[in-house]
Amino acid sequence: MSIIRLGILRGNLEIKQFIRQRESVVFTLAFPVILLFIFGSVFKNTIAPGVTFSQYFVAGMVASGLVNTGFQQLAISIPMSRDVGTLKRLRGTPMSPISYFIGKAIVVTAAMIFQVALLLGFGALLFGLHLPTSASLWLRFTWLILLGSACSTVLGIAFSSVPKSGRGASAVVSPIVIILQFLSGVFFVFSDLPKWMQDIAAVFPLKWLTQGMRSVFLPDSFAMKEAAHSWEIGKTLAILIIWLVVGTILSIRTFTWSDE
Amino acid sequence: MTSSTAAISVRGLRKSYAGREVVAGIDLEVFTGEIFAILGPNGAGKTTTVEILEGYRERDSGDVLVLEEDPAHPRSGERAWRNRIGIVLQSVNDAGDLTVSETVHHFSHYYTAAKDPDAVIGLVGLTDKASAKVATLSGGQRRRLDVALGIIGSPEILFLDEPTTGFDPEARRAFWELIRTLRDEGTTILLTTHYLDEAEALADRVAVINKGRVIEIATPELLGGRAEASATISWSENGAPQSAQSKNPTEFVLQLSARLGGEIADLRVSRPSLEDIYLRMIGEA
Repeated sequence: MSIIRLGILRGNLEIKQFIRQRESVVFTLAFPVILLFIFGSVFKNTIAPGVTFSQYFVAGMVASGLVNTGFQQLAISIPMSRDVGTLKRLRGTPMSPISYFIGKAIVVTAAMIFQVALLLGFGALLFGLHLPTSASLWLRFTWLILLGSACSTVLGIAFSSVPKSGRGASAVVSPIVIILQFLSGVFFVFSDLPKWMQDIAAVFPLKWLTQGMRSVFLPDSFAMKEAAHSWEIGKTLAILIIWLVVGTILSIRTFTWSDE
Repeated sequence: MTSSTAAISVRGLRKSYAGREVVAGIDLEVFTGEIFAILGPNGAGKTTTVEILEGYRERDSGDVLVLEEDPAHPRSGERAWRNRIGIVLQSVNDAGDLTVSETVHHFSHYYTAAKDPDAVIGLVGLTDKASAKVATLSGGQRRRLDVALGIIGSPEILFLDEPTTGFDPEARRAFWELIRTLRDEGTTILLTTHYLDEAEALADRVAVINKGRVIEIATPELLGGRAEASATISWSENGAPQSAQSKNPTEFVLQLSARLGGEIADLRVSRPSLEDIYLRMIGEA
């Protein structure tokens, strides 16, 4: 069976496993909704004419969802699979690591689509989130989700080689994600952050994903409030593609099936 | 049953970790269609040797051929080579959210000549558990699933690392029967174990390894000069226990009987067990 078809089979299997782990379903899918509920209920202020903080926050939550379901989840779960020997067993079969990566990308994307549907549903229902009305915005939204999921998957696989053990993985990975969320304008309005923080955030994909999501969910007039006074769509696309390529090369180079 | 072509051949194999030589020059050949056991105490270098043969570890030096390919760099490509071997690892403990049937069916897609997954589940005796989640299996059942995943691809060589650890006696006998069936179907089997009775019951030939070296390779009956070893004769005379060693125990017993006038009290004649021989070989008796 070809590497790609096996990858798709692995994707189906991973989705099955994901759904059966109730904790992972609750945490990866419901957590962003809970956060939205808390932040949306606390911060009812308007940050620009016609833009409430909860609208701003939904854009950030969709983008951080990409980092959570892909990067964070994989960088923690892969070292755990390595610890219990699951990966060593797979290494002993003719299944290619590329099929394994494809399977991971599929489960991340599937979980992401589900999570986004939940977030947008709740956001529209409870916090007056305006869903995009033009086809071009939905198209932009789609490529942001797909490219973001792919990027997050390969970076998660690449980073999975860093934690020494599955037990310690969460302690290594979670703080990185939380700091990145603060720097990238998920919890605060990005243009309010000090310049040096903005500069650091600009290196990483999350800042570009949140900004891209704002371009989808906030009125066009808000672009002027961005640090660059523009949505920078072309630059976003370019930076995400660079990270995807770098992440793919790194994951192929550094991926290890066992810790020996 | 066994032919003389080598499924595995190892010459001068060496491997060190942090300056400590774990495998210190191993030579061995496993013939096509035989069950070959590697016996040795913990830390003897068994697992390292086998993991080099399985392509999990790189060697420092020596020549290794498994199915005429170098496991570190198979000429026909890693996937093609792995398609021909099956590996049952010592400890795989995944979360087990899939069922037995889902797991075995999934693995069957990895191989070009996979067996029928349901038949394999039956072969390892898990038909009743086919729709049970892997997490709910007992240790022995999990092991049998590991074996199912090792043989699903109709491997030419099956590697088994300490396969019956944690089995109850009945499960072990059933497992041995399964391994013999596979051998009879033509599968070459390389087994590591520290159970001597397992090596004796299953193996066509045994290699005893200690401190990274092969001490001896022989059939279980001939290992350590077992066939020619002295027998121990013990008996009671006037209520006191007596014992003697003899190369000709029949002769000895006949003379003893003549001297004691017929019946010998508490007579026992024993050959050294494989365990006695083995412990002597690894220098612990």
